[in-house]
Amino acid sequence: MNSVMTSVTTFFTTTDPLFLWLSGAALGLLVVATLIGAVLAWRVQTPAGRDTVRNLNARIRSWWVMVALFAAAMLLGSVVTLVLFTLLSYLALREFLTLTPTRRGDHAGLFLSFFVVVPLQYWLIGIGWYGLFSIFIPVYVFMALPSLSVLGADATDFLTRTAKAQWGLMLAVYCTSHAPALLWLDIPGYSLPGALLLLYLMTVAQLSDVFQYVFGKLWGKTRLSPGISPSKTVEGLVGGGLTAVAIGTGLHVITPFSPLQAAGMSLVIVTAGFFGGFVLSAMKRDLGVKDWGTMIEGHGGVLDRLDSIVFSAPLFFHLTRYWFT
Amino acid sequence: MIPLLQPALRHGLLGLTRLLVGARASWEGSAPVDVPRIYFANHTSHLDTLAVMAALPSELRTRTHPVAALDYWGGSALRRAIAVGCLNALLVDRTGKATAEVMDAMAAVLESGQSLILFPEGTRGDGTVAPFKSGLYHLSQRVPNAELVPVFIENLHRVMPKGMPLLVPLICTMRFGAPLEAVAGEDKAAFLERARDALVSLSRPKSPSASQPDSQSTGQRTAQ
Repeated sequence: MNSVMTSVTTFFTTTDPLFLWLSGAALGLLVVATLIGAVLAWRVQTPAGRDTVRNLNARIRSWWVMVALFAAAMLLGSVVTLVLFTLLSYLALREFLTLTPTRRGDHAGLFLSFFVVVPLQYWLIGIGWYGLFSIFIPVYVFMALPSLSVLGADATDFLTRTAKAQWGLMLAVYCTSHAPALLWLDIPGYSLPGALLLLYLMTVAQLSDVFQYVFGKLWGKTRLSPGISPSKTVEGLVGGGLTAVAIGTGLHVITPFSPLQAAGMSLVIVTAGFFGGFVLSAMKRDLGVKDWGTMIEGHGGVLDRLDSIVFSAPLFFHLTRYWFT
Repeated sequence: MIPLLQPALRHGLLGLTRLLVGARASWEGSAPVDVPRIYFANHTSHLDTLAVMAALPSELRTRTHPVAALDYWGGSALRRAIAVGCLNALLVDRTGKATAEVMDAMAAVLESGQSLILFPEGTRGDGTVAPFKSGLYHLSQRVPNAELVPVFIENLHRVMPKGMPLLVPLICTMRFGAPLEAVAGEDKAAFLERARDALVSLSRPKSPSASQPDSQSTGQRTAQ
């Protein structure tokens, strides 16, 4: 308990006042959003309205989870962040493969995916071996998994099985792992904690999600793609996306970027976040499910909450690494 | 035994089960209430008992006893501690030498208002449900007021297929169906067939949105 108090005290005395001010503002905003959600849940009468409020509250709750993750990362260090993301990847991969047909011959490869590939990917981040971290799953695992499966001497659906397992690893593990990898970037002239870049990515991606939803509910008329994601509208995408880019530009103070660079980065995060969610929606349609899982009872699974990060994290990571380190 | 060790071991085992296979309960025809019940489930892997116990709410879990084989679970002090101490298992002799005693022990649990978990197939299957052994019939005749609740264990055969030592974590759902209705004058074979049908019918979820692709054993592509 004492050591926690000490680290909290150290945290407040050594951290940039601007950062503290921003965290306070974000926390205040979240408390207000939670209160509004609670009032709405109490007052709403129609079934459709109840669904909307439930969805909104699920989003607000996932915000709290992210704030908690971020607070843990700040207070307990980057290794804790890495362990948390390892667990998230494990759960997301479990959701993905639960919905994917597998056969006996895949068993050994799938076992290794969960218990070797997942921890190894995050361990490579932890020891800072960027060269292997960035090609381990797309190159070595890509070849190793079908090699193991082919030993089962079963060609039924072979391409489908291997392709789906690889996609599961790419989304749940490889792409997702780029988010905590931001903490290991060494940016010259940037003195704030690396966890702020992770916060930046998550804030812009999630705000874009929330504002697209809000704008779509308020002014949405033109459906973007009823066959894949009925709730997405052009008005929501443009309004929500631009709002998120504006906030992302304002948040340049916690990043190594100039306002213009931050605007560009936000645009990349918003665009990739949109396509990530869109692609994952199409996959859910194809698999015949509404949500990836039921981790949070009634509010979908881990992958449903990670879908705006999966494409934006690697892009944001590489753009930052290429131009700022 | 050591008083604190068993609750810790129980929480550890149930927590590990949830981390590996989720063990989600889906009540589809019966509610989680504390009445004497015989939960009968398909036998898919070594994790079945743990998964069903992890899916039950804790107030029911303490009053539910999985029926386990004495020759295996009574084999060592550790196994016995896990089965009896942690999971309230009722160890029974399955050699057929003590059928009357086994029936007495199971009936006693139900008559005391508590519940049992049975795997009437006898052996582990490969995702399909094998014909039932007759114990379920005799027990239902002996204790007619106990509810017979089918529990379909979904996906667990993919987690740990027969003959595979490795475990692949996938989300498994326990589907608790409606209790079997009593049918007057039904003979043993008809009863066992009806009970098995009740279990099999739970394997296909009602809503098309929740259909599970499952090709491990049959090679069929159900989702497409």
